[in-house]
Amino acid sequence: MEDIEGAQVELLSGGDMLVRALQDEGVDLIFGYPGGSALHIYDAIFRQKGIKHVLVRHEQGATHAADGYARATGKTGVVLVTSGPGATNAITGIATAYMDSIPMVVISGQVPTDKIGEDAFQETDMVGCSRPIVKHSFLVKNAEEIPEVVKKAFYIASTGRPGPVVIDVPKDVTNPVDRFPYKFPEKLRMRSYTPAGKGHTGQIRKAVALLLSAKRPVIYAGGGVVQGDGSALLTELAQRLNYPVTNTLMGLGAYPGTDKRFLGMLGMHGTFEANTAMHHADVILAVGARFDDRVTNTPDKFCPSAKVIHIDVDPASISKTITADVPIVGTVQSVLSDMLEMLKSADEMPDQSAIVDWWRQIDDWRERHGLYTAPRFRTDGDMIMPQEVIRAVHEITKGDAYVTSDVGQHQMFTAQYYLFDKPRRWINSGGLGTMGFGLPAALGVKMAHPEAEVVCVTGEGSIQMCIQELSTATQYHLPVKILCLNNQALGMVKQWQEMQYEGRLSNSVYEESLPDFIKLAEAYGHLGMKIEHRDELHGKLEEAFAIKDRTVFIDVYVDPSEHVYPMQVMPNGSMRDMWLSKTERT
Amino acid sequence: MRRIISVLMENEPGALSRVVGLFSQRGYNIESLTVAPTEDATLSRLTLTTIGDDHKIEQITKNLNKLIDVVKLVDLTEGSHIERELLLVKVRATGAQRDEVKRSVDIFRGQIVDVTSNMYTVQVSGTSEKLDAFLQALGEHTIMEVVRSGVSGIARGEKVLSV
Ligand SMILES: Cc1ncc(C[n+]2csc(CCOP(=O)(O)OP(=O)(O)O)c2C)c(N)n1
Ligand SMILES: [Mg+2]
Repeated sequence: MEDIEGAQVELLSGGDMLVRALQDEGVDLIFGYPGGSALHIYDAIFRQKGIKHVLVRHEQGATHAADGYARATGKTGVVLVTSGPGATNAITGIATAYMDSIPMVVISGQVPTDKIGEDAFQETDMVGCSRPIVKHSFLVKNAEEIPEVVKKAFYIASTGRPGPVVIDVPKDVTNPVDRFPYKFPEKLRMRSYTPAGKGHTGQIRKAVALLLSAKRPVIYAGGGVVQGDGSALLTELAQRLNYPVTNTLMGLGAYPGTDKRFLGMLGMHGTFEANTAMHHADVILAVGARFDDRVTNTPDKFCPSAKVIHIDVDPASISKTITADVPIVGTVQSVLSDMLEMLKSADEMPDQSAIVDWWRQIDDWRERHGLYTAPRFRTDGDMIMPQEVIRAVHEITKGDAYVTSDVGQHQMFTAQYYLFDKPRRWINSGGLGTMGFGLPAALGVKMAHPEAEVVCVTGEGSIQMCIQELSTATQYHLPVKILCLNNQALGMVKQWQEMQYEGRLSNSVYEESLPDFIKLAEAYGHLGMKIEHRDELHGKLEEAFAIKDRTVFIDVYVDPSEHVYPMQVMPNGSMRDMWLSKTERT
Repeated sequence: MRRIISVLMENEPGALSRVVGLFSQRGYNIESLTVAPTEDATLSRLTLTTIGDDHKIEQITKNLNKLIDVVKLVDLTEGSHIERELLLVKVRATGAQRDEVKRSVDIFRGQIVDVTSNMYTVQVSGTSEKLDAFLQALGEHTIMEVVRSGVSGIARGEKVLSV
């Protein structure tokens, strides 16, 4: 067929159009799971070459894998599921991506248009279910709109503050019989969506002046710096000024973890030096961070003497919980580079003697209770301490692995002790705190970086939430390391129960019901390795990490009584109010 | 403080539920909400009234602006504006009451739009405050049924909200 200008136009079915549009959008990888409403789409996938489809074992796994892939690469992760249970199974993963602002497009099959609203078999209102946890969603009404919807979905998901976008596709729209002219739009016009670009020059100038006047500055950088590819600029800025930097849980790697200006993570399980420096700061430069309640502790007591500069691509993040003195809306990259330009041409310099004093003070805090000056965990017992496992893995992987994690104590130990020097290496569910994230995310990362070392640090609780993905690892030959810090309990829950509920361990232990993870791994065709004694830790870890072509499940028995410290005092604590051990408080 | 926020949004299915959903999701309250297509059929105009301090209102407008369907919005209460609400009320009107109701209707420049031997249906438009005052003047005992449209509003002068 020819269009009005006489050019050849291809006629495609809705299903073929969808797949073609994904190809034209540059998609080469989809994580998904088939079912009735998605079968036309699956058939279109079967008949093409450009896109690889990874069959997971549960739709939640598909979303986390696509999410891990997106975090590791900066590209948009793509998920395909069927209607009803397929779609609802994807919900947790969509919410996870939403909370951490991860670009993702989720295509869900839907019952045929004429059945919508009739409680048809496997019908769920996916647009409705996902509404509070998506950046946007589309219900496709006819096949002709597919190319534009796809283009819009990827544009929305990946620009501004990124996030998940759902495309719900009724089955009749993808039927193989009806064919329509296919044309992928070159440009998009969206009058109602203009993501932030450059920051306001006047505001940036104010921010620079405030930064230069600081006597006790702290740079507080979050996931936005990682997502917005602003790490190099942030590093340049901090080093030029010689100002201390702390990263949020989501921001780890945004600033080199082994640099001396790095104070460690801040917040609930942040370092003593980071939280104390924040509390005493006079100027805080917040970049791509959102003053989450796990960071600020009690907002009224947050950093009493600080003036706050807040750079964020999302205006709604600014002054949401903590009022910004100098708000700047713009991409991290453009604002930081403008700031650097101004700093380079400024006549003023920071007050060197004040900065020297500030560093002296910070070094004193580090000396007293810092996590990295001396081991803050027992090093003399027989029990393996979880912290030393992470330190050993850091050493063995030369600090250069992609590390995904689940949620709990093991996650915090990893955040504290695996010092990430590069962005996109630390991949965890910070905002939603989704147990089950780690393994599928690791598979997504491994798909993106087949040659890289990928480690999933997990707990015996979390790993069981998406353990079925061990089978996906077998099918696609994804040799990742699964490092289970086995404390035989829902450790983080248990820690809270010990600290706040007089040790009543309500439903946080398993009463001898844990599976033999080694046998389980072997049942899926993987290698299993158990580490129980302190003296074998290093040797066995090295052995495990020397294996490059098999998935290895490393089950490390760690001290079950260990808690994560520091831990901010709650409720009503300020940033500097912390438990430093079971008995010491600031 | 009570605010009137006026929103131009894409006239798409699902757009309204996103706006309403935002309010419940973030714990903002909606006092009234009206929505209808504009002269441009691709756009709807939505007016909502809400109560909140400056911080809350700023969050509400920022979050509304974040919705992909929202094209533009304005907080009408920030400038001088005209606000109107339509009230339809059925009132008991028998014997001496009939004249009394009629007098109130005249004072508030309303109109009686339906009658039976026992009741009037009255239409009044104006600010929400005026409608409140009218209802109070009628008194609880005469009122049988009340319908209010919710607030619509527009800025005074030459300012327009358009794409
Ligand atoms: C899906 C989900 N359910 C419940 C929780 C609450 N939760 C947070 S940490 C935790 C314990 C995790 O146990 P495990 O994976 O063994 O890690 P550990 O804390 O022992 O290192 C639980 C239940 C959660 N974060 N996610
Ligand atoms: Mg555990």
